[in-house]
Amino acid sequence: MNRGTKTAVLQNFAAIKGRALEAWQRSREGEDPCILIGTATCGLAAGALEVFKAFEEAAAAKNVRVHVIPVGCMGHCYAEPLVVIRKPDFVPVLYGKVTPTMAGTLVKQCLVENNFVPELVLAALEENEFLPSIADFPRFARESRLILRNAGMINPEEIMDYIACGGYDGFVRAMQMAPEEVIDVVRRSGLRGLGGAGYPTGKKWEICRNGSAALKYVICNADEGDPGSFSDRALIESNPHLLLEGILIAAYAVGAQSGYFYVRNEYPLAVKRMRTAIRQAREIGLLGGEILGSDVCFDLTVFEGSGAFVCGEETALIRSIEGERGMPRHRPPYPATVGLKGAPTLIDNVKTMAHVPGIVTGGADEFASIGTGSSKGTAVFAVAGKINNAGLVEVAMGTPLKEVVFEICGGIPRGKSKAKAFKAIQIGGPSGGCIPEQFLDTPIDFDSLQEPGAMMGSGGMVVLDEDDCMVEVARYFLDFTQKESCGKCTFCRVGTRQLLTILEDITKGVGRSEDIDLLVELSEDIKGGALCGLGKTAPNPVLTTIKYFRHEYEAHIARKCCPAMMCRDLIAYYIVPEKCERSCDVCVGSCPTEAIYTAKHRIKAIDQEKCVKCAACMEVCPPEYDAIVKFSPADTVPPAPPRIEEKE
Amino acid sequence: MKTITLTIDEKTVEATEGEMLLWVALDNDIYIPNLCALKARPLPDANCRLCWVDIEGRSAPVTACNEPVYNGMVVKTGTERVVRLQQTALELILSTHPVDCGRCGKNKRCELQKIARHLRTKLKQKRLRDISKRLPIDSSHSLFSYDPNKCVLCGRCIWVCKEEQKVGTLHFAYRGFAMVVTAFGGAPLGEADCTMCGRCVEVCPVGSLIFKNAEK
Repeated sequence: MNRGTKTAVLQNFAAIKGRALEAWQRSREGEDPCILIGTATCGLAAGALEVFKAFEEAAAAKNVRVHVIPVGCMGHCYAEPLVVIRKPDFVPVLYGKVTPTMAGTLVKQCLVENNFVPELVLAALEENEFLPSIADFPRFARESRLILRNAGMINPEEIMDYIACGGYDGFVRAMQMAPEEVIDVVRRSGLRGLGGAGYPTGKKWEICRNGSAALKYVICNADEGDPGSFSDRALIESNPHLLLEGILIAAYAVGAQSGYFYVRNEYPLAVKRMRTAIRQAREIGLLGGEILGSDVCFDLTVFEGSGAFVCGEETALIRSIEGERGMPRHRPPYPATVGLKGAPTLIDNVKTMAHVPGIVTGGADEFASIGTGSSKGTAVFAVAGKINNAGLVEVAMGTPLKEVVFEICGGIPRGKSKAKAFKAIQIGGPSGGCIPEQFLDTPIDFDSLQEPGAMMGSGGMVVLDEDDCMVEVARYFLDFTQKESCGKCTFCRVGTRQLLTILEDITKGVGRSEDIDLLVELSEDIKGGALCGLGKTAPNPVLTTIKYFRHEYEAHIARKCCPAMMCRDLIAYYIVPEKCERSCDVCVGSCPTEAIYTAKHRIKAIDQEKCVKCAACMEVCPPEYDAIVKFSPADTVPPAPPRIEEKE
Repeated sequence: MKTITLTIDEKTVEATEGEMLLWVALDNDIYIPNLCALKARPLPDANCRLCWVDIEGRSAPVTACNEPVYNGMVVKTGTERVVRLQQTALELILSTHPVDCGRCGKNKRCELQKIARHLRTKLKQKRLRDISKRLPIDSSHSLFSYDPNKCVLCGRCIWVCKEEQKVGTLHFAYRGFAMVVTAFGGAPLGEADCTMCGRCVEVCPVGSLIFKNAEK
């Protein structure tokens, strides 16, 4: 690109940015207040759409001029729907778990009468003298938000919002550099692939750049399918232009003219928002031919995958785009040399692409200053399971697991009558492992997590407490992987099925004494023998649970006892007569099989023959009685008091 | 094409550079267990996971079907870890495969028997669970019958049907353990679009696809 073209690019973009800033000032910083409502899938599921309508209607009814703006996800799933209200004379204030009724109250109190209703406030977004600010909450203060920075702040369906917040600055800056310089910046930043494998991103770009073919492709892998992981979805739904910008920079750097955004069709909102983003970028000349008046061309197509987990594996993903069965092939050659339709193809995960614009804008050194020696920048985790403040968390690499679980996410929720103990973190999804308490100080980075047998994976983090059976956890993940195996290679197709069958036997109390050793041997062979990453990592949940919780396996096999009282075939429910409140019948009504009957003194008891162990009675028994307990092995349950025949 | 020399199990052999190791070994009468390999296939499928070898300088065993040979390559086909992977792969296949050789039309010509003999192991395995599928046998075709239970899913039949004969009657369907070879829509093979070339039966390494006149 010659100097004249470079100047033209800068001028063209400056004109667009000017318009964007004007629009931003009108909607966010003008005289009318604005209300931001989180409308990613998590917010919508919690009722954000109804809240959105309620705000609009209440404002119309009160004749209040206000901008009601849909935004993405701030990551605080536990508090959805989230609403930010900004008035011209005060700091923006965040409200959680907002209902349509609250919306009416907030319009009246906050917008009309100037009362912030402190009892409903989650926090103010900036420090002030009146309300506690987010800086006082570990969930906000200890996070390092790089790629989630604008999530929940901008309208994901409005390109001008993104541009007003510095969006596409990175791409325009990249266009002022030679492609090799861009690759060098990414290489020096130390960014590694956040899809799980952690391959150095700059190196991959360089290999693809050096491919001699004239035609090259860039693919953004958004085929997120791990149970418990939703970080890619939230990011696409909250800030699709960030990804688009990352892809544009990657395409410019490697010299690709077209690309695919591979996203599963089970993410309809993500698909829609990405398509909108692409259309808007095309309309203002940021995508397509002669981008911003230069000779650079690139176009992006959204490709909807059909929901096969294995299509997240890059060679299977490519096969899927080509219209074939999504089955991985042997590597090498890697897609960076021989990829889509035989052309050099750069494939990066959503979170990797999302980091690229920030790296180009802020510089390699700034990014490299965050994180640990071998893992730079931040990691995004979707924290779920037995955790108080579930949601998306972005922390600097090197943050200890303990801090994420107990400080940022608020620890383990209390049970009905007592606190529950932490047991393990399942990290990295079906490819990851279970990390027990003694490794809670492990810093989160690519290498440290491998030591206890887990891996970064694609960002799922499921917290388990004392009520979770580790054999059942392993069985659950193996059930998933063996269903999602493409079926191509022997070790994965049959091996994972064997693991599952053995684990099922153990959870049913029919495991054999030699099964634990067999699971370990078979797991090792599958790791060494399977064709692709899915198969090679599938045994990790089995290996780590055996390594750290072998006693649970042994109890299942030798004593038919499930120590966590989770495996249905090995437990029995019992109503403690001394605790049962005679006049309360709530358990009777909850039982789907009429297994609960009335014994002497109107005490309730369970007929073990009829009981299907659904736990419904245990859930409804009021906490002040807490009369229902579980026994394992099942045959240790005390005999129930005799049934009293009801008088005619 | 450059001729190079390599060593397989202490035996020095000559080969063309870039040829796949499995074929070089087999051409030189060094047996490496295999099920899915077809010489004509440009991209080896590497799905059966049986042709393990150790190559000097590599940290773990690799499959010979997709390893191009180079000058000075040193290969060992019978190391402990190679045999362990081969043994497990065979056991996994046999845990789904009805072992009823006496009544099988492929008896004494079956690749599984050959591999078991090579590994000095029995066909009736006990270490793993028996997870055979018990699917119905398809004898609707006039020329051959198809027993999906005996199928090892090597994909040879699919490849010859589609790529060699350019017919494309056979496909994989479903995934994971449920994967089967079938005609479009699961139609009985007798009703499928077939040119009667019989190539699928010829390349089947086991007794899954078998000519009717060869059945016992």
